[in-house]
Order: sequence, then C-alpha cells, then structure tokens
Amino acid sequence: MSDIVTVENMCLWYGEHQALKNITIKIPQKSITAFIGPSGCGKSTFLKSLNRMNDLIQGVKITGDVKYNGKNIYDPSVDVNELRREIGMVFQKPNPFPMSIYDNIAYGPRTHGIRNKAKLDEIVEQSLKDAAIWEEVKDRLKKNALGLSGGQQQRICIARALAVKPKVLLMDEPTSALDPISTSKIEELTVKLKEEYTIIIVTHNMQQAVRISDQTAFFLLGELVEYGNTETLFSTPKDQRTEDYITGRFG
Amino acid sequence: MQEGKISKRRRMYEALMKAAMWISVACTCALVAFLILYVLVKGLPHISWSFLSGKPSYLSGNIGILPDILNTVYIVLAALLVVLPLGVGAAIYLTEYAGNKQVVGVIEYAAETLSGIPSIIYGLVGMLFFCQFLNMKTSLLAGALTLVIMNLPTVMRTTQESLKTVPWSYREGAFGLGAGKWRMIRTVVLPGCVDGVITGCILSVGRILGESAALLFTAGFAHALHGIVNGLSSSGATLTVALYVYAKEQGEFEVAFAIAAILMVLTLVINLSAVWVGRVFEKRRRI
Repeated sequence: MSDIVTVENMCLWYGEHQALKNITIKIPQKSITAFIGPSGCGKSTFLKSLNRMNDLIQGVKITGDVKYNGKNIYDPSVDVNELRREIGMVFQKPNPFPMSIYDNIAYGPRTHGIRNKAKLDEIVEQSLKDAAIWEEVKDRLKKNALGLSGGQQQRICIARALAVKPKVLLMDEPTSALDPISTSKIEELTVKLKEEYTIIIVTHNMQQAVRISDQTAFFLLGELVEYGNTETLFSTPKDQRTEDYITGRFG
Repeated sequence: MQEGKISKRRRMYEALMKAAMWISVACTCALVAFLILYVLVKGLPHISWSFLSGKPSYLSGNIGILPDILNTVYIVLAALLVVLPLGVGAAIYLTEYAGNKQVVGVIEYAAETLSGIPSIIYGLVGMLFFCQFLNMKTSLLAGALTLVIMNLPTVMRTTQESLKTVPWSYREGAFGLGAGKWRMIRTVVLPGCVDGVITGCILSVGRILGESAALLFTAGFAHALHGIVNGLSSSGATLTVALYVYAKEQGEFEVAFAIAAILMVLTLVINLSAVWVGRVFEKRRRI
C-alpha cells in the first residue's frame, strides 16, 4: 500500500505558541487513520494543516514538509482551492449551507465549473447514495438542508464533500455532536468509504477509533507520541503515555 | 410572620414597577398617536388630486407638489444607486478581506462618529465640495451625493453587522470544498446578509426623506417639473425642503401639513415594503 500523505518534521506555531512539534507520519491510501488524544493536543490542528484550512487563521506558521502525492502542499505553486478539492473535509458540527439539499451537494461541482444540469443531477444522486442518505432525501431535494436532523445534516456534509470527488477525506470529530444511532450510521459509512477514499479521522472516542480505523496516531501536547496499527497500538502500546491514555488514566 | 411582611412589600414593589411601566407605555403611545393624528387631521383635508399632480405657479397662485414628489424620488434613487454598492462593498472588504483588525476598528469607530454628526455639517461640506469645487452648482445631484456621504456609514455598518452574523462554519464549509474567497462570499455570505442590506436601505431612505438641512445648501428650493436627467442637474426641493419653504417662507401651513401627511404615509409604505422584501428573501432562502 502506498502512502498518499507524508509529513516530515512538521512544526506549527500559533504566534509564539508552538502547537505541533516535529510531526513525522506516513498515511497509507484507502485506509482509515484515526487521530486520538486529549483536548488541545493538536490533533485537529494537524488535521486542518493537511488541506491548509489553517491558512484561514492569522499568525499560523508552519515548518517542515507536508506532502500529498509526493508534492509539498505548502509550496507557493500549489493551488489551494485545487488542493482542497482533492483533500475534502467534514467538520465537527454539521455545517450544511442554508440552501436546498440539491444546491448543497451541487455547490462543490458548480464551484469547479460543472454547469450541465444532467451531469449535476447525476453527481448529486451518486454522492447522496455514497453517503447513504439518498433514500431519506430523494423526495425532498429542493427542501432546505437545515430542516434535516443533525445526523442527516452530517451525512449531507459528507455527500457534499464527496461530490467534488476528493482522494482524501479529513473528518474532524464528525460524530461528536450526534446521537448514538447517527454515530453508528456515520461509522458504517466511513468504513464503506475507505474502499475508494483515504480517510483521516480525528476522534475523542477511543472505541470509535478501535471500531473503524486501520492505523491510529496518539497525540499529546503537540507531539505525535505513537503511531501504528490500531490493534497493536491499543493492545500493546509501546509508549507509557499511550498506555496511560488508552487505559483512561488521564485525558 | 417575617416572611409574610417581605412578600407583601415585594408585591407592592412589583405592582408599583408595573404601574410605572404602564404609564411610560401609555405616554409613549399617546405621544405617537397624537403626533400622527394631528398631522393627518391637519394635512389630509388639503390633499387633492390637483395638489398632488400640479406644479406651483406664482402667476395663478396655484400650489402643487408634483415637482417636489419627483425630486424626492430622483434624489432617493440617485443616492441609493451610489451608496448601496459603495457601502456594501466597503463592508465586505472590511469584514472579509481586511487583515489589520486595528485599522478596521478605527474605520468602524470613525463611521459611527460620522453617522452622528449634525446633517447641516454635511450640507456645508457638500456645498463647498460638490457645488463649488466640483462645479455641480446647486443641483439634485449635488444633494444626492451629499446624502451618499451622510448615509454611507449607516449602510456600511448595518451590512457589516449582518455579515458578522453569517456563521464561520459556512465559510469553512465553502473553503473546504475548494471555493475561492470571492465565490465563498458571493454564494454563502452575501445571501445571508440581504436583510442587513435592506435594513441599511430603509434607514437611508428614511433619513433621505426626512433630510432638510443638508439639502438646503446643496439641492436648492426650485419647484420646476423635470425628467430625471434634467432634474438631477438642476436645483430642486424635495418634499421635506418644500415643507420647510412653504411653512417658513410663505406661511402656507396647510400646504406644509399636507406635505407632512404625505411624508408620513410614504415612510410607512417604505417600511412596509422593506419588511415585505425581507420576507420574500427569507422565504426564498427557506425553500
């Protein structure tokens, strides 16, 4: 399995505060990688730096290499919009736009120049099917997406991200605002999606990491403490801090 | 019984406060109602079709306010046409693009101060700058441009405030899909702040309708009947200025009250239509 995202000696500062320290990690394609760790450990920050969402925050400085398909994404020649098309994102709180379900899904394709109605229809249907929500919304595509439940909204957001045909999907605690049933639906969906996409998911929930991920990375105070096969990491952690965290001694 | 005493005192206090509030409400309502009724009773009987559709003539002694109505419409249209793009554009730049938050703060503060300045000062500046320096003479256009400066802070600030209410998560969502900044603003942020722009519009139109001091210097007092192009380049009185002129210079109080009644009805119509426009947009967003 080849690595789609490789990071070497990456450091990140918010102004004077160093939020990430010397992160080195290789993420294989078409698999699920989970980032775990206590609040404020830098896992979300790291996730957002993989498609340069951190650019939106003032005073962020990054050193080291973050490579996607072998190319440094912080190189000045990189088109950020194109990068974010390839590396999509699903946010912690469902954030569908205040428009119809159809327009939500079509937003990305339209942004990237697809105007043909038939083509858009096809993309919308396929994306909704891929996000396992087609059956629930197919009769009300013209209704405002904000009228859906939280779990449905989050799947709309996943469908919206899929509609631009990304290679990598970053998920920032996508189930933390959802009920258990919605959560398990999203988990099932995520596992299905890894056949086609590379998924990187930040989670607070260690059971979730165990249930769905292939690799797990444990972050603490801005450092990547341990990274490896999920089963191995949870059954025989190498680092004392990892063991303390996964056995619930802090966090 | 200590408790009984306290609760009795409390009940008295409650009743007292409630009565005080009722009195203030009654006073406010009575004042507003009195004002409206007084103006309508004094003004409405003098409104007739010939009054509305005629133009004044010193020769025949005829009084008509059609030129003033048209002047008002021209000046409102001209001012809005300039102030909306400027104000909304400035608001977008300041909230979405400007990096230096300190400078933005200073500009916001300056805008707020500007909107509190007495309008006669705008009139003075408008007269010196537009009428004399830019050689527009006393004209509706000069008046409209003066009103643009006067209303720019209002439009900018209301738009800015409503831009700020668009959740950050919408912007994030759009960026996350690879949308560029302008596309994000156009498709996600602007539709969410239509109501703010409309509010700015209402406030501006209200202010333009009610403005006399700034226009006395810049737009003049003429009552000639013009089309919009000629009208903008020549001197003309808006309804409010005409009211002032009729009451103060000619002692025609009946005419002044009639104009006042018309102005009040106009304001009401504008406010209602703005509310209606806001609802239409809201509905369109919900579908």
